[in-house]
Amino acid sequence: MLLEIKNLHASINGNEILKGIDLSVNFGEVHAIMGPNGSGKSTLASILAGKEDYEVTEGEIWYNGKNLLELAPEDRAREGVFLAFQYPVEIPGVSNTNLLKTALNEIRKYRGEEELDAIEFLSLLKEKSKLVELDQKFLSRSVNEGFSGGEKKRNEIFQMAVLNPKLAILDETDSGLDIDALRIVANGVNKLRSKDNAIVIVTHYQRLLNYIVPDFVHVLYQGKIVKSGSKELALELEEKGYDWIKNQKEEMPV
Amino acid sequence: MSITETQKIEELANREYKYGFVTEVEEDKLPKGLNEDIIRQLSAKKGEPEWMLEWRLKAYRYWLTMTEPQWQNVKYDKVDFQDISYYSAPKSKPKYNSLDEIDPAIRETYNKLGIPLEEQMMLAGVAVDAVFDSVSVATTFKDKLKDLGIIFCSMSEAIKEHPELIKKYLGSVVPFTDNFYASLNSAVFSDGSFVYVPKGVRCPMELSTYFRINASETGQFERTLIVADEGSYVSYLEGCTAPIRDENQLHAAVVELVALDNATIKYSTVQNWYPGDKEGKGGIYNFVTKRGLCKGINSKISWTQVETGSAITWKYPSCVLQGDNSIGEFYSVAVTNNMQQADTGTKMIHIGKNTKSTIVSKGISAGKSNNSYRGLVKINKKAENARNFSQCDSLLIGDRCGAHTFPYLEINNPTAQVEHEATTSKIGEDQIFYLNQRGIAKEDAVNLIVNGYVKEVLAELPMEFAVEAQKLLSISLEGSVG
Ligand SMILES: Nc1ncnc2c1ncn2[C@@H]1O[C@H](COP(=O)(O)OP(=O)(O)OP(=O)(O)O)[C@@H](O)[C@H]1O
Ligand SMILES: [Mg+2]
Repeated sequence: MLLEIKNLHASINGNEILKGIDLSVNFGEVHAIMGPNGSGKSTLASILAGKEDYEVTEGEIWYNGKNLLELAPEDRAREGVFLAFQYPVEIPGVSNTNLLKTALNEIRKYRGEEELDAIEFLSLLKEKSKLVELDQKFLSRSVNEGFSGGEKKRNEIFQMAVLNPKLAILDETDSGLDIDALRIVANGVNKLRSKDNAIVIVTHYQRLLNYIVPDFVHVLYQGKIVKSGSKELALELEEKGYDWIKNQKEEMPV
Repeated sequence: MSITETQKIEELANREYKYGFVTEVEEDKLPKGLNEDIIRQLSAKKGEPEWMLEWRLKAYRYWLTMTEPQWQNVKYDKVDFQDISYYSAPKSKPKYNSLDEIDPAIRETYNKLGIPLEEQMMLAGVAVDAVFDSVSVATTFKDKLKDLGIIFCSMSEAIKEHPELIKKYLGSVVPFTDNFYASLNSAVFSDGSFVYVPKGVRCPMELSTYFRINASETGQFERTLIVADEGSYVSYLEGCTAPIRDENQLHAAVVELVALDNATIKYSTVQNWYPGDKEGKGGIYNFVTKRGLCKGINSKISWTQVETGSAITWKYPSCVLQGDNSIGEFYSVAVTNNMQQADTGTKMIHIGKNTKSTIVSKGISAGKSNNSYRGLVKINKKAENARNFSQCDSLLIGDRCGAHTFPYLEINNPTAQVEHEATTSKIGEDQIFYLNQRGIAKEDAVNLIVNGYVKEVLAELPMEFAVEAQKLLSISLEGSVG
């Protein structure tokens, strides 16, 4: 088991956003999380990544045998947790290359590995930028600064490719990507799939799941996973929307 | 920024100054106080000629007529000029032929500072004229420089050995009437460096001096004079750190640069004096007058400074662009953290035709500090086709610090082209989190952003100095983000 979330409750400024999440992710699996706006998907992703604004009031998160909630955000990253942000921030003055070099070396250091030398590092960047067809010029540009919405998303997956995480959480990576870019980025993600990692995809649209076929689909609603199923569930949602699930939920005993 | 984050800033801001220690060396000191008799004693101790003493006394008498300036955007307790000892020197002052002869305590000090002299000199080809307190104790690479006719020595030595040059140039850029602290410096300056590069000579190495304030409660009044004769080039580095002290220590240096026709002077500073503790106790008052005169045609003076230390920094390295086609540059990074205050910037005075100036100022404020940029671009009536470009950026870390920009423009010639850009940005929690999420810890994340922000300025520093400057930046900003 790579990730095990048990009865996770979390709040921000006293508002409970997550109200008892259970989720298990095994190595080699792809899970899709869907759900209406404001249901808590990004909140869950942020908590996994270690954003300190949220208070976990109940529950546990186990990651690769470790208590994830006890790890600092940077240590989670070094342990292989990667979040492709829904809204990647701009960092003026810090080039993509510099960010990745620093990040990769920190991760390698944590794992007791040698730092990559400049030549090895640059050839790695080249190889991975091909994977998502990222133009070389983005390497020397400041992180996300002035990038278009779609470019930012592609850049997130490029970073994922370079850092090679065990658990990748993609928060609405598809939004903002044009039709061709979606295919390219999705193919890139597929190439990164292996039996040694797992991917959690947050999305609103079935479209992405045509390319990256999930093993499981979950519906998050009002801070809870109210339905889980196979990839067919996404098709059903696309067709019927969320109302039938919302109604079901309201019928459920509290 | 959230309350918890603010609390964390306070916790982490608790770091101690890494370079705070005192070297124990026997000292020869004048009693506290300032009067003509003290100045006579000082001059006598230094074995100065009569003309020098006269100059000091004139400056002193002028200083008595002046009042301390109040206009700068800094607050501090008034300095008691009678409570300062104006001379302190290591007791015996032998002439050293090699570093091995230097007092081990002094060498240990340098080692603690991470400035192994030998390495600096051998690896980097830096000739170091180390000023320990007020007197030079080590001068190196002299022979090599001598072959080229370059003079690089302490000011005391220059007064004795090169009186013609000193008489001609000392006070020619910063006269003793210039300002309160420059007058005081002229009266009591202890020592400093003198450089003369003869016609057509390109100085083959970076000249460098490490200043250090060590004797307790001894105000330091350094005096530096660099003269680049026609067609010559010199790059000069000045860097310093100081040990922890409870009493505020005044440092009022004067630096004068003179570039004749087609000459270039590059002056780089990394300043890391003790900034005081996090309540603002102790720390150095750094009130410096630095000015370069582009006297000749096509001459160029470039100031680069990385200011991380001192409780109060108050300095405006300036260029007087007198020669036609002369160029003035000012590249600055000024960091303030905790209770530090800085009011720094530059003055570019365009007098000659086709003169050009560039100002790139990067302020970084953290903690409860206050950082002001103050700059004057003045284009005189006869300065046809003068051009200036100014870029003044401020970066805030946390929400209890301040950044201010005071750009002054005086344009008296309609052909002038002046451009001014300014930005203020803040290191955001979301940026830090983004970098954390990529495996980079908080302080490294701040460093990464800061290094990106200042790289344009650091690029102006000689390589080995840039590395040191980067280290200082990260040390000064330690604990600035929770
Ligand atoms: N600081 C805050 N104070 C109060 N409520 C907050 C705060 N931050 C987030 N929320 C609320 O938490 C809920 C979950 O937000 P979240 O971003 O996780 O939703 P989401 O499922 O990712 O939505 P979307 O599909 O629109 O991206 C929202 O209702 C949001 O308004
Ligand atoms: Mg979201």
